[in-house]
Amino acid sequence: MKAKAADFLIYDKDSGVYRMDPEQAVRDDVEKHYWRHVLQTIAKDWRLYLMLVPMLLVFLFWRYFPMYELLGCFKVSDNVLPVSQQLFSGFSYFKRLLFAGDGLSTDFWRALRNTFLLSFYGLCFGFPIPIILALFFNEVRSNAARSVLQVLTYLPKFMSTVVMASLVTMLVKQGSLTTSMGIVSRFLSGIGLIDPATANAGLLNNPAYFRSIYQLSGIWEGAGYDSIVFFAAIIAISPTSYEAAQIDGADKWAQMRYVVLPSILSTIVIMLITRIGNLLNIGYEKVLLLYNTKTYVTADVVSTFAHRNGMASGAGTGIAAAAEMMNNVIGMLLVIGANTIARKASNTSLY
Amino acid sequence: MKRKLEISELIFKILSYTLLSVFALCCLYPFVYAVSASISGRAAVEYGSVVLFPKDIQFDAFKRMFNDNMFWNAYSNTLFLTLFGTIWAMLVSILGAYALSKKRLLFRTFFNFFLVFTMWFSAGIVPQYLNYLATKDVFNAMGIMDDKWLVVIAMGMAAMNIILLRNAFEGVPSEIEEAAIVDGASELQVLKQVYLPMCKSTIATVALFFGISRWNGYFWARQMISNQNEHPLQVFIRLRLEQYTDPETMAGWNETYASDSVIYALIVCSIVPILIIYPFIQKYFAKGVNVGGVKE
Repeated sequence: MKAKAADFLIYDKDSGVYRMDPEQAVRDDVEKHYWRHVLQTIAKDWRLYLMLVPMLLVFLFWRYFPMYELLGCFKVSDNVLPVSQQLFSGFSYFKRLLFAGDGLSTDFWRALRNTFLLSFYGLCFGFPIPIILALFFNEVRSNAARSVLQVLTYLPKFMSTVVMASLVTMLVKQGSLTTSMGIVSRFLSGIGLIDPATANAGLLNNPAYFRSIYQLSGIWEGAGYDSIVFFAAIIAISPTSYEAAQIDGADKWAQMRYVVLPSILSTIVIMLITRIGNLLNIGYEKVLLLYNTKTYVTADVVSTFAHRNGMASGAGTGIAAAAEMMNNVIGMLLVIGANTIARKASNTSLY
Repeated sequence: MKRKLEISELIFKILSYTLLSVFALCCLYPFVYAVSASISGRAAVEYGSVVLFPKDIQFDAFKRMFNDNMFWNAYSNTLFLTLFGTIWAMLVSILGAYALSKKRLLFRTFFNFFLVFTMWFSAGIVPQYLNYLATKDVFNAMGIMDDKWLVVIAMGMAAMNIILLRNAFEGVPSEIEEAAIVDGASELQVLKQVYLPMCKSTIATVALFFGISRWNGYFWARQMISNQNEHPLQVFIRLRLEQYTDPETMAGWNETYASDSVIYALIVCSIVPILIIYPFIQKYFAKGVNVGGVKE
């Protein structure tokens, strides 16, 4: 008590008594009536806080309320009652999905595996290609030629998922007695990459090709656009670095290895974190548009599994919410984990 | 030494040009093919003799499209959703981002976290669907029977875009704002006359992101808009694709053009507006990537 008293008492030499520190008095007042001070500050500055309100409401209503709905995974799913009035069911849906061993549980494990694999292949093939493209763009010295090439490669990014999926569907569609198969199927079977009979049956009906189609169309769509950020990092490298390397006798490959790559490493790390963080955030829209009952084996991901069970007729919203809960919690741990590792390793972090 | 240098550079240069050209042509080809197939004759499309250029040119597939009222309906619905959706999203985002950019804002860390958390953790599509259904009931109870307004108001907000705007606003020197306040500007005037003009390019970029995602929006529009006269273009395209690629419904097709041509015509019609404005907006797109939400 004594030590604490000394903090805010000042010894007044003139009168020989202890006096209250006036600033401390204000601080005490703020502490004692904290919320009153907060309200006063807000009232004085109300215009600023009013500006915040629409955004907060939108996010509360349509981002946070769904999280409350997500708690339906712990409740007995019911199509009539709201989540708050449903009966508590504990972890029964999770147990059902993970350990029941019945059709639903196998489907869920399959969806989880497909989600991981689609993302993982996307990381392996989709991630390096934009970097390579950026390196190539840097080689094109003529500005006009580079602009044309860049504009062409960004183009698919502007198309909607529906247009893209429709084009893919048409390009690899099945053939019949009266119509021939899609032009890309025809090309692939023509050069002997795919058996003509398989191609004629429609590549999107064949589970063996779903992942390739998904990844290739992803590269077609996004690689050019994703290369922008790497290209920006590459053109930021000072020309003197190349000159110094050339004087030291570095050929093109050595320049790549010792000048370019180290310079763009931090960009690569940041983009890699983003990719890993979004590993489970598969674009469900694209899968929904491209898959069909014949390709569930390789195409069904957790979101589409939840979509079928919770929105169309299926095992119910509780099961669907439980599936999404697991997917999203793992996803969030990946984001936070990747971010933490990056912060420790290179002092670059996203958030 | 000198010679070796030249050879490695030459190889790399040739490699770059070749592979880039091949990739760029691959990116372009599906669109060219769509245009050619949409205006080629029935036999040419069905027997696959259209490869690059159109054959037996006809425009009946386009005519069929243009005579379809549903098509124009879908187009105007998309314009409606894009226009009002972008305006609403920009209004909410600019006001919110402006408030967040102010150091004097109380609980600033909390509000930022409130926003960023939605980027880490999303409830998933089924809980969102249930929530939108509940919203729909509330809207209907309030007398808003038009599902389009539900899509405009409840969907398409993006935390990332707000963070882009906030970062841009934070970059405006506080001296300029202080000068405006000394001159007697109110909070809204400061935002309108100081911040908006100074962050014009970021605002354009963000408006573009919102606009494109509205134009391209499909899933929630299909789930939430029950009246098919209110479906936007993307939903219309998808429904037509499902209909026209179903062999059973197409068995009695006896037009002078292939049913595929109609799908291609539809695809062409939906991308033409984007292609027209693309040259003007693509520099903003490239910019959006670079300003990203990265903090070091």
